[in-house]
Amino acid sequence: MAEGTLQAVQATVWDGGVSPYAVGNKKLGMWLFIASDSLTFSALLVGYSYVRLAAPQWPAPFHFWPSIVVATLMTLVLLSSSLTMVLGVRASQRGERRQAVRYVLLTMLGGLAFILLHANEWRELIHEGVRLWANPWGVPLFGATFFTLTGLHMLHVASGVVYLGVVAAGFARGRFTHEDVEVSGLYWHFVDLVWMFIFPLVYLLSVAL
Amino acid sequence: MNAVAEHEAGAGGAALYVMVWVYLLGLTAVEVFLAYEHFFSTGVMLAILMALSVVKAGLIVAYFMHLKFERMNLILSLVPAVVIVISLLFAFFPDGFRVLELGVKP
Repeated sequence: MAEGTLQAVQATVWDGGVSPYAVGNKKLGMWLFIASDSLTFSALLVGYSYVRLAAPQWPAPFHFWPSIVVATLMTLVLLSSSLTMVLGVRASQRGERRQAVRYVLLTMLGGLAFILLHANEWRELIHEGVRLWANPWGVPLFGATFFTLTGLHMLHVASGVVYLGVVAAGFARGRFTHEDVEVSGLYWHFVDLVWMFIFPLVYLLSVAL
Repeated sequence: MNAVAEHEAGAGGAALYVMVWVYLLGLTAVEVFLAYEHFFSTGVMLAILMALSVVKAGLIVAYFMHLKFERMNLILSLVPAVVIVISLLFAFFPDGFRVLELGVKP
């Protein structure tokens, strides 16, 4: 009888109900986190745009080779890792546990490749003399905004790789369910999504011609 | 169990995901191309790049993150709030011109 009452409540979505969103609490939690994290990144990107707008000049240090080619490659890597993630979620949904774990491991590999490429980019810029507070072009805010934006994004990718590793290990052993894989996928796609804004705003609008 | 059933009914196949991936790569290629071919002024190019990025973000959210297949209730709770708050961030933007327009030395 209690179950019947529960379903009656669930049936009327707009009255609130027990589960008005028809998603699990983990998934809803991740969506709320993504909503708030997207505002964090938006604030940083708007702040960067504001600072750049107000600056009399802004350096354009990104040459086609290596910076733009590598950044495009990083976009390709991240988008492909999103594809493997979504295929992994699909496999886990169909109960193909081994296949799902394999796809998640591939996704982690993509994330690691992204971090390596990006760390190398940082290394080169630091070698050129770009710091958080100074750079050869005399626009200190360039380094501040560049390292803050890409650094926070790289931190998200790095923690994403760790998160996926934990989920993959737990899912392989049967400790985690399909929902856990799906929720970790949401996080990974969000990290990909943020890069879709950082790439044009930071790189493509600062190409050296 | 309700959620799982609804989800499975709406989830796309592998071919759909690959197609979305191809679209995303294509849009990225267009962005890189536009950055080098100066058809437009910087302002117009910025607008075009942002429009393309919003399309890319929409594709990722709708298909990779499955939001398109979730209950409308969830979509309406998440999307408008985020869009409105991001729009509000731009309230500060006109102030960015102040130093340049008033000619004050930074």
